[in-house]
Amino acid sequence: MITLSITKNIHDWLFSIMPEGVASIAEMVLIAVVYLAIFAVAGLYLVLLERKVAAWFQLRIGPNRVGFWGLLQTMADALKLVSKELTGTAKADMFLYNLAPYFVIVSSLMALAVFPFTQEFQAFDINIGIFFLIAISSIGVIGILLGGWASNNKFALIGAMRSGVQTISYELSVGLSLLTMVLITGSLQLSEIVEVQKNGWLIVQGHIPAVIAFMIYMIAGTAETNRAPFDLVEAESELGAGFHTEYSGMKFAYFFLAEFINMFIIAAIATTIFFGGWLSPFGITESIPLLGVFWFLGKTLVIVFLMMWFRWTFPRLRIDQLLTLEWKYLLPLNLLNIILMALVVWLNLTIQI
Amino acid sequence: MGLMKDYKTEFMTNEALQNLINSWIPELEFTEEGSQFLNIKVKPEQLHQLMSQLKSNPETNFDYLFCLSGVDYEKELGVVYHIESTTHRHIVVVKVQTEDRENPTFDSVYDIWKTAEFHEREVFDFFGIIFNNHPNLKRLFLTEDWDGFPLRKDYVDEINMVIK
Amino acid sequence: MDTTTIKNSFKSEEYFINMGPQHPATHGVLRLLLTIDGEIIKKVEPDLGYIHRSIEKMCERDSYQQIVHLTDRMDYLSSHINNEAVCLTVENALQLEIPDRVKVIRTIIGELTRIASHTLWWGVMGMDVGALTTYFYGFRDRELINDIFEETCGARLTMNYNIPGGLMFDIHPNFVKRTKDFIAHFKTKLPEYDTLLTGNVIFQKRMKGVGILTKEDAISFGASGPVGRGSGYSCDVRKHHPYSALDKVTFKEALKTEGDSLARYEVRIQEMWESMSIIEQLIDNIPEGDIQVATNAVIKLPKGEFYQKVETARGELGVYIVSTGTKNPYRLKFRSPGFSNISLLNHIAVGGKIGDLVASMATLDIVVPDIDR
Repeated sequence: MITLSITKNIHDWLFSIMPEGVASIAEMVLIAVVYLAIFAVAGLYLVLLERKVAAWFQLRIGPNRVGFWGLLQTMADALKLVSKELTGTAKADMFLYNLAPYFVIVSSLMALAVFPFTQEFQAFDINIGIFFLIAISSIGVIGILLGGWASNNKFALIGAMRSGVQTISYELSVGLSLLTMVLITGSLQLSEIVEVQKNGWLIVQGHIPAVIAFMIYMIAGTAETNRAPFDLVEAESELGAGFHTEYSGMKFAYFFLAEFINMFIIAAIATTIFFGGWLSPFGITESIPLLGVFWFLGKTLVIVFLMMWFRWTFPRLRIDQLLTLEWKYLLPLNLLNIILMALVVWLNLTIQI
Repeated sequence: MGLMKDYKTEFMTNEALQNLINSWIPELEFTEEGSQFLNIKVKPEQLHQLMSQLKSNPETNFDYLFCLSGVDYEKELGVVYHIESTTHRHIVVVKVQTEDRENPTFDSVYDIWKTAEFHEREVFDFFGIIFNNHPNLKRLFLTEDWDGFPLRKDYVDEINMVIK
Repeated sequence: MDTTTIKNSFKSEEYFINMGPQHPATHGVLRLLLTIDGEIIKKVEPDLGYIHRSIEKMCERDSYQQIVHLTDRMDYLSSHINNEAVCLTVENALQLEIPDRVKVIRTIIGELTRIASHTLWWGVMGMDVGALTTYFYGFRDRELINDIFEETCGARLTMNYNIPGGLMFDIHPNFVKRTKDFIAHFKTKLPEYDTLLTGNVIFQKRMKGVGILTKEDAISFGASGPVGRGSGYSCDVRKHHPYSALDKVTFKEALKTEGDSLARYEVRIQEMWESMSIIEQLIDNIPEGDIQVATNAVIKLPKGEFYQKVETARGELGVYIVSTGTKNPYRLKFRSPGFSNISLLNHIAVGGKIGDLVASMATLDIVVPDIDR
């Protein structure tokens, strides 16, 4: 049985060579660097994946010149963005203008830190896991609103206001649909939730209310990240480029990457809560915990592909239609679903494999 | 959907049209020479009255103004209106001219056919003809500070015009 | 355009936004000055003239064969039909007897142009409302038509295949076969496009009830083409004043009565089916004969006035020539469909939201060089 004790080994090694205070700080810095690297690489390759998937839907090939199969394409794009001039507007509020991208980056990074990639391979396993996740992703909105306001540009402001309204509304649905699943697990802690799913993935355990919760979660999650069909924030054909009109170079790259990482996070939450996290179906590779990483990534990428599919197929909703969808349809449906799930759990009707 | 007026769709020949329209206003000139439609020449003062009667009378019912052009006849400046009836499908051409090249003025037919708004702005832009009672008479294609009226025959522009 | 007067003339909650001239949603260089209150539009004023090339003044100096070349640049998506308009005016004025072969080929190529224009419109329409993939699907099919034209006429966009008196050269031997193959291919694709976009509930919500135009307003504003037909106004020039071989074919005029954007959209899809049916009726029986009637090298129209209407993909194009017997027209006016269609933009967009303006404008299908001439 190959246990994954890398984290424990590194932890012990660090504590043995340095005094305790310094060792804890060194450990935290190390973890932060690892996550920043994951963030950067994941962001870059998600962008490439989006371009390849889009090309596939549109009957073309996508980037394939830079590196084999275009694998170095986003590297080249990142280099280009780093070398661009950081133009700002003269009348922009400089402090807020510079601060805005950091809000979205920091909130995405913090959310990324709590996921269990496989058994005992989790950076931050607090007992209020899901609650923490939802709270942290709400902070990202501040970045968008600040970016739009501080740009001193009418179009950016309209885009930012629309986005703010949209995100705040759909957070409710995200939170409530996740709450529906917590009723089965009985715990908010993410590693516990994955443990509970050893008896069958939660979407199977909860059958009907879980499927409804998943569908609501997918709709609300796509809206949270401002992706199509809810992307009127960046509706290119209407307003130029929305709230990041005035950003260029590295700051634009921050917003751009943060959107893709947010998409990854929404997919990762869905995988952890609904589809068993790093567990293999029917426990086929339970004896090799290291493979859990691949199961986790595989499931997440399937859901990411689903979100990309939405983007390239559906037209865009108007702002009032979007808000009607949330407040008049999704929210009452969600509340009823919670009651239904509570009944299912109380009467012990969950399917246990 | 709007009201569907109950018209017997009856195509009127040029002769019948000429008789009917002449009975409203006697001092009109009718001709069919050099054109495939019936041409009516009207004086500027009676233009608006003739046009509103052409539209409102149920036998003629000219509700579709499909072409409004300005023409510079060397001495006079004129406007040519091509109108059609969507129910009876007959077409007439109404022409109006003025010799006043400094300050040519006609009545606007915007209140009769809304399509005239842009067409009359175009005629103003290129010929300098002013239309009374137009809601928004200013230049349409050229910039506000352009000097002169390009489609007039006496327009000279050494820089922009290429003469063969 | 005086922006300070606009800014001074509205109330304090309204603000003023400029859409264009370079803008992904306006199909060409069109500038729209919007006065908005929150998200509701209070006034739309189009600012034209960014691509004004004084074609009408140039026509007063050029010969009739040269004028045909200028017309392609007006509405470049129905270039063949524009050429046909001027050629027909000249031929009717000179009272030339055009051979049947020419008439049938002109009609077939005209209908192919209409299909090409509508597929491009469909692709761009999807892109405007957010379904970004439709752009590629529309262009893929348009490329097939462009390939047919390239083989016969030598050009893909500005064809110049018509001359006063007939056609410039005979059709390529592959023309009939390739057209038939294209029709067979497109008949399988058009239902796919219908399902992808028309049946989508988001799309229906964006288009239904948006930008309503009543029949009286359509006639009063001079709307023609699919814009008029979407409001129930029967204005197809091919039916009421047929030209070329159009009196020999049977087809239905696509009419809808609701007058909203969805109606105009469906009219154009229906028109594509009807165009295919017209081509099928003609493609097998192209009569043999000459392709040109001899005209003088220097064409002089007799003294008088001549008017010809044709139905382009956008609506009714009119050519009005005043001739004094010389080799250039005394005055040539083009009555362009886009010019009348855009005058009703203010009427249908006021009271709606910005997203509705984009959707309505996409269904008006304007090509700005057609408006500006």
